Amino acid sequence: MRPKTVLPWAALTCVAAVLAACGGTAATGPSSSKNQASAPGITSSRITIGSTQPLTGVAAPGYDEIAPGSKAYFAYVNAHGGVFGRKIKYDYLDDGYNPAQTPTLTHQLVLQDNVFAMFSALGTPTHLAVVNYLNSEKVPDLFVSSGCNCWSNTSQYPDTFGWQPDYTIEGKILGQYVKQHLTGQKVGYFYQNDEFGLDGVKGLNDQIPSSSVVSKQDYVATNTSIGAQIAGLQQAGAQVVVSFSVPAFTAIALLTAAALNYHPTWVVTNVGSDPPTLGAFLSNISKGAAGGALATGMISDAYLPLVSDASNGWIKLFKGIAQQYAPTLPWDGNVLYGMAQAYTLVQVLKASGRNPTRAEVLKTLETVKLTGGPGLVPFDFSKSSHLGYAGVEVVKTGATGAQTALTPIYVTGNTGKIQRYTATPTKAPASGVPSN
Amino acid sequence: MRKAVGAVRQFGRRVPVASLWGVVGRRPLARHGLFAVLVAIAIVIFSYQVSSYTNYNLAEVAVFVIAAAGLTLLTGVNGQISLGHGALMAVGAYTTALLLKSQPNLAMILVLLTSVATTAGAGLIFGVAAARLRGPYLAGATLALALALPQLALHFSSLFGGEEGIPITPPSAPSWLGATFSSEQWLAWISVVAALVTLVLLANLMRSWVGRTLKAVRDDEVAALLAGINVGRIQVLAFVISAGCVGLAGALFAYWVGLAAPAAFSVTLSLQLLIAIVIGGLGSLVGAVWGSLVLVMVPDLTGSLASGLNLPSSIANNLPLAIFGLVLVVAILAFPGGIQGGLKRLAGLGRSRWRQHGLRRESG
Repeated sequence: MRPKTVLPWAALTCVAAVLAACGGTAATGPSSSKNQASAPGITSSRITIGSTQPLTGVAAPGYDEIAPGSKAYFAYVNAHGGVFGRKIKYDYLDDGYNPAQTPTLTHQLVLQDNVFAMFSALGTPTHLAVVNYLNSEKVPDLFVSSGCNCWSNTSQYPDTFGWQPDYTIEGKILGQYVKQHLTGQKVGYFYQNDEFGLDGVKGLNDQIPSSSVVSKQDYVATNTSIGAQIAGLQQAGAQVVVSFSVPAFTAIALLTAAALNYHPTWVVTNVGSDPPTLGAFLSNISKGAAGGALATGMISDAYLPLVSDASNGWIKLFKGIAQQYAPTLPWDGNVLYGMAQAYTLVQVLKASGRNPTRAEVLKTLETVKLTGGPGLVPFDFSKSSHLGYAGVEVVKTGATGAQTALTPIYVTGNTGKIQRYTATPTKAPASGVPSN
Repeated sequence: MRKAVGAVRQFGRRVPVASLWGVVGRRPLARHGLFAVLVAIAIVIFSYQVSSYTNYNLAEVAVFVIAAAGLTLLTGVNGQISLGHGALMAVGAYTTALLLKSQPNLAMILVLLTSVATTAGAGLIFGVAAARLRGPYLAGATLALALALPQLALHFSSLFGGEEGIPITPPSAPSWLGATFSSEQWLAWISVVAALVTLVLLANLMRSWVGRTLKAVRDDEVAALLAGINVGRIQVLAFVISAGCVGLAGALFAYWVGLAAPAAFSVTLSLQLLIAIVIGGLGSLVGAVWGSLVLVMVPDLTGSLASGLNLPSSIANNLPLAIFGLVLVVAILAFPGGIQGGLKRLAGLGRSRWRQHGLRRESG
């Protein structure tokens, strides 16, 4: 009896409420010189974006600085006029790098906090758990903090965009360096046994002749005892170890090798080689017995200006903003990464016009070339590709932890040839805010 | 069970003016069923009043209720500890994912039932081994299950999709509910109904001879053996039923997440289920409900609490976990019998106070 009367009534109110809400948004016109609530998460004075980040757990050390880095840059933009006068509000939640946690938090951001877009959500396994949902809800899923090439699946995930070079591209360019400059040396692989490591190895195999690879050792991210793997590389006589590992495992590998008196040339992916992050790990894990010096001579790659390059305009700009708006953050590659991502987002939002819808922002990314950012190479965004930066330069870590470039900048795709990129990198704008 | 029903009938005949409640109240199935229908109606009304996000959380609670209820039967009622129920949830989730991959249009009820059957099958295999193990050895074996099973997904990555897992499209609401009816609300309804059906069936089972046998085995295996109970068989049975429930939870969990991936079924999940039944009240189905509510809601509350305080990020990030841990420790210290045990004690205290009060009034 009760349900019969209550149910239709409740349903009716719901329908009425939604209709009223629809009527409200339908009245707004697209082109206007006044700020309007043009999309979910965009009001006349504010743009709300959301993210899921590992602030606790295994992936937290280092990576927990990325979102605060982005937030510092948004604070700077907000203090300097915002985006068409709107302030950016950045809500990032801790998923502990646990894919079972990410969906709840993503639903919270989309349904409850009503974000305009997801931004910089971190992690391959974590983000794979929500990418379907975000695309079915048509929420822009911008600049996933992971180099998995899965983000460039434009037919299945039209609303998802990557940002950093994918691991296969990195693997190819690092592999080319090993082939050309460490010719004739015995090579060993050390990689994380998931999309991250396997995509990297795919790129390495594309370049390094299989005859020179003497040992392939993998690890799982949940097991920190990797003594057997490192001993295996040593036993096989690998003179070069190419490592697709996260910072913690790079550090453990370096310490284990040092303990075995094994000193190969380390070639490590960008994500696992940031010198300040690695230095902190090395001294933490070894309880102060070792430090960043162990990473001296490490070869890696970069797609952003080098953290230690104090003369670079971008580094000056971002470091200054970090010191002003997030003084407790250390200055390292993670903070730079977060700030550069935030810069890209502001670029896109500015290029999408005063009152953009979700679809318009996605269209801007596919059709308007974003130039003038901190990246060494341009983005590879188009209708058929949602990969981010498509190239890197190879760098070497010096004794002080400062990195220097060893090669010119190269660009490539998941398949196809590696080409030299010759255009000069753009300078940072004096205002510190993208102009268009 | 038949005897009990007969007694009720006799009772009914002896009291000529047996009210509807008199009959319903004394038949477990009818009583539990009626209660479940009332709860279902209340939740349906509730689901219209709240946001999609609350509905989404409601579905999560329901999923955990099913899994915790299944574990309650095994650990609380039968006394077998399992640290591997998270892995059994994975069996249900992967069954769902693989079924939907080959037959995307299969009716959801069939998908759920198949997941229950497969997981119960896995439970049978493991239960046979587990029935020979006791105490810490059983805990160790089930822990190995929790660690090893998700690794299979990585090892046979072409079948199970590796680390990425297999995506699942969440069920869309039927059109007769209207265009604005959210998929979150629909999933909440399905999960709540599944949870209520599970609870009614388990409550009934626990009041039957099976339930009494399970408890007899838990309390004293030798005594149970002397009473003619086949201890091994009853332990395997408990494992199978428990696994079936957890398989249902795993299937709904996969729908809820939209993915079956190994990382979602870590040891942590198994431990969370154990936390849920202990904090709720070991051996009680209502306790499983309390425990699931705590598991879903407390981290949410502590999270917003920690972000409300203006603390350095290194402290604020870890505060929710610390508070959650503290809540668990305090809860167990204050209510060793879990929330349900605590509530019962409070109710008991209230009743005795009331009685004392009444006596004093009579004497005075």
